[in-house]
Amino acid sequence: MLRTFRIGGIHPPENKLSAGKKITPLTLPKQVIIPLNQHIGAPAVPVVKKGDLVKTGTLLAKAGGFVSANIHSSVSGKVNKIDNALDASSFKRPAVYIDVEGDEWEDAIDRSEDYIKDCALSDKEIIARISEAGIVGLGGATFPIQVKLTPPPGNKAEILIINAVECEPYLTSDHSLMMEKGGQILTGVVLLMKAICVSRAVIGIENNKKDAISHFRQLAKQYQGIEIMPLKVQYPQGGEKQLIDAVIRRQVKSGALPISVGAVVQNVGTAYAVYEAVQKNKPLIERVVTVTGKAVSSPSNFLARIGTPISHLIEAAGGLPENTGKIIGGGPMMGKALISEEVPVTKGSSGVLILTKAESVRKPMYPCIRCGKCVNVCPMGLNPTFLMSLTELGDWPVAENNNIVDCIECGSCSYTCPSNRTLLDFIRLGKGKVIGIQRARKS
Amino acid sequence: MLFAIVSLGGIGAIGALFLYAASKKFEVYEDPRIADVQVVLPGVNCGGCGFPGCSAFGAACVNADTLDGLFCPVGGVKVMDQVASILGKEAGSAELTIAVVRCNGTCQARPRTNRYDGAKNCAVAAFLYGGETGCAYGCFGFGDCVNVCSFDAIHINPETNLPEVSEEKCTACGACTKACPKILIELRKKGPKGRRVYVSCMNKDKGGVARKACSNACIGCGKCVKECPFEAITLESNLAYIDPVKCRLCRKCVGVCPTGAIHEVNFPPKKEKPVVEVTEEINSN
Amino acid sequence: MENNLIVSPSPHIHGGDSISKNMYGVIIALIPAFLVSLYYFGIGALVVTAVSVIACVGFEYLIQKFLFRQEPTLWDGSAILTGLLLAFNLPSNLPIWIILIGALAAIGIGKMSFGGLGNNIFNPALVGRVFLLISFPTQMTTWPVPGNFPLTYTDAETGATVLSLIKGGSHEFPTYTDMLLGNMGGSFGEVGAIALILGLIYMLVRRIISWHIPVSVIGTVVVFTGIMYAVDPYSYANPLVHLLSGGLLLGAIFMATDYVTSPLTKKGMLLYGVGIGLLTSVIRLFGSYPEGMSFAILIMNAFTPLINSYIKPKHFGGK
Repeated sequence: MLRTFRIGGIHPPENKLSAGKKITPLTLPKQVIIPLNQHIGAPAVPVVKKGDLVKTGTLLAKAGGFVSANIHSSVSGKVNKIDNALDASSFKRPAVYIDVEGDEWEDAIDRSEDYIKDCALSDKEIIARISEAGIVGLGGATFPIQVKLTPPPGNKAEILIINAVECEPYLTSDHSLMMEKGGQILTGVVLLMKAICVSRAVIGIENNKKDAISHFRQLAKQYQGIEIMPLKVQYPQGGEKQLIDAVIRRQVKSGALPISVGAVVQNVGTAYAVYEAVQKNKPLIERVVTVTGKAVSSPSNFLARIGTPISHLIEAAGGLPENTGKIIGGGPMMGKALISEEVPVTKGSSGVLILTKAESVRKPMYPCIRCGKCVNVCPMGLNPTFLMSLTELGDWPVAENNNIVDCIECGSCSYTCPSNRTLLDFIRLGKGKVIGIQRARKS
Repeated sequence: MLFAIVSLGGIGAIGALFLYAASKKFEVYEDPRIADVQVVLPGVNCGGCGFPGCSAFGAACVNADTLDGLFCPVGGVKVMDQVASILGKEAGSAELTIAVVRCNGTCQARPRTNRYDGAKNCAVAAFLYGGETGCAYGCFGFGDCVNVCSFDAIHINPETNLPEVSEEKCTACGACTKACPKILIELRKKGPKGRRVYVSCMNKDKGGVARKACSNACIGCGKCVKECPFEAITLESNLAYIDPVKCRLCRKCVGVCPTGAIHEVNFPPKKEKPVVEVTEEINSN
Repeated sequence: MENNLIVSPSPHIHGGDSISKNMYGVIIALIPAFLVSLYYFGIGALVVTAVSVIACVGFEYLIQKFLFRQEPTLWDGSAILTGLLLAFNLPSNLPIWIILIGALAAIGIGKMSFGGLGNNIFNPALVGRVFLLISFPTQMTTWPVPGNFPLTYTDAETGATVLSLIKGGSHEFPTYTDMLLGNMGGSFGEVGAIALILGLIYMLVRRIISWHIPVSVIGTVVVFTGIMYAVDPYSYANPLVHLLSGGLLLGAIFMATDYVTSPLTKKGMLLYGVGIGLLTSVIRLFGSYPEGMSFAILIMNAFTPLINSYIKPKHFGGK
């Protein structure tokens, strides 16, 4: 019996169309747009100005606070302007526009294919390099990881959990990375273990990636303390709290951090980025992005530079299908619908999903029949239908008492509702309002 | 028979005694004038006065030394005079206000750039993104303001997809101003004979961006600021604002606005053509 | 315009479940029981079912169209299901005008007066049934004797139900085989135990309902009547007789599990089921009515909001 998390969960059709496709490096676009806010926390502060010449890997903007991340140029060329640009959030936010000229890299970056396994750096030095390279959680939450690696005083990490679950339907970027860069990922895991001073790491992989499981089981023999754990396929297992529950059977309490149960969770893509940053001195300037969808002529996994317009990726995957209804940045469950295909790839872009018109349109909403299906699938043990009503009524105190802020916005409730109710739409709004009220109360 | 009368009577008497004792013991004293005041108040509990409901407002009136600053926007001066006479206090004066919608991005003026398919609720949509058009400041048209109005005074015009306020029905309770996630609705001085001039736009983008998104947008050109003889217009982050106190309703700004973002309401028709059109459109709605 | 991208909040896919899928699923699960009653009660079962379903759908249509002035939702299956369940709770020789009154009570009072689908507190079919039971006690408790696909509608003979036999102090019950197959007197949909259990299995497999309510209702009744039987086997009937007779199975499988009127959480469902089981047993053993299933379900329906507000789902990580 494979493990999974213990409350709720759904199993949507996996549709991993691009599974088994090799990672293809993408050609450079003419212009890249690099947003200054690609992470959770304060936006980075630009250190270049209009007209500056930059190389690939040049620092463009410095972290703007403790919870923030450096941003590097992903191409070489000339800074065209620093202006507001539409990003995946569908709001206009400051970004650096760079006109691409050639592809000249910073000298400090080791561009060779050599695989370097050993590392003599101390934990502090590793974290410093990670911080320098501007690495954020690549699973989608984009939390600057040097913050996660420095636990608040009084907490001690006991175990590192690597999230190789990729529970979102369609997406295969982590899967393809695992198949091609297994050794590098495991070295990255060792570096992360060293950074947080733990001797045990568990890599959780969902059982629909059997090839990756056996591949990693082979490789892990060469490393100390790394264990591979196949998990039952269940959405949203990639949620941090769900993964911890699945792997070590401990539930993080409401409002607490994973470190409270001794766990640090990192995405497998992040582990690869850590390897590159520490061993190759390469900042986070490119990532694997899945371009997929039932109407896409060749669903693929691309290695794309940060800032590449999504249209460039879609072009490489065979162009935008005729009957496109929706372009989603990310997976179908938690991704964001984009309002334009000129939005750039950011550090958090794990995929681009193209849905046809027929797939995109929601069905009409009917009254709640109180079947309780949303309650049964909620992985946080909430009552979504009740929370939706509370948000509609604006009853924030009761919503707070019913733990609306614990919602992880996984969308299982809306997915399962037989009345097509827009549960998550409202809960997300209510959660935002309640968090606002809580902040106001604190200050 | 006698036994029945005595026993029933006895039960009744005991019950009455119990109720009397309970009502004495748990009595809550309330100033009887609060009830008197409440009778003349509209009783719609809209919260426009800033208190949670009419009874709280009544209590506030009774407890306050003067009625300055206490005003029932729904009942208006008439009701406040009655309240003042009940309490023997001087009625505070307050100017009549009305809700104005500061967006005139009609369907024709603001081309749709995408199609929203989520919950039909402005707050939900605003939480997600900027809107179906290029203007991230404009009205969604899903009618959160319509839903909160207790007076049936605001409706979405299906042609423009913008809310319109009824002059007669609006009581300036302010519910819609709080409901609008884009803060497009302002309570503004109603003005003499209902005449008022205001900038019907909230777009803070640069001129070119704003104009591309909406042909009726305020582009922050500043012509109205220069034109205004009373220094009533200020320009902040590419958006003009007419101070209702300083404005003398000369309407010079309306004429110079290149995009028609400045609206005048309830004026008699002027000779100049374009302005007349705008006025009539608003009046007829 | 038409080439504009569609934007909506996540999730962007839906599981494909719908109200009508669930409703038609229950209707399919009722087919075996219907076939059994067709065999034993013949044309009567057909007529009662047809009248009840058509009347329920018709009343819902009329109320939605002319009172609510909204788009009628005829084909979501909920009115059809109400009509079927109401019919299953009626004797197969009930006069048609009484069925119409029952359908009006079920849809009008039981469902629409609360605002339509999803808002009703009580199971509409049971509201209709209890309304008729109280208004027309004679007609509602005169059951035709089961036959071999009889073709006459109004049957002169009347057969007593097992439960009224128990109430009368009789010990002459039909054989267990007859009770399992449905060869006994009663409201026509409730007689075929095997057919009803087939329906339960179908609904469990398709995950239309969970096991919690049927099992807790049936379990409680069996345990409670079992204890009483153990104490005094002469005055109280064997729990197996209780299990197979009356509306217990029909109620536990199809009526108590109605989404709208049952609790949201699994724990709440168990509590609700135990409550129904206890009330049913108490009414059957000590009340003046021979059968208490309908009343028990309606009473527990009233407790559902309370159960929902006190029994919260298990919160991740505890409080």
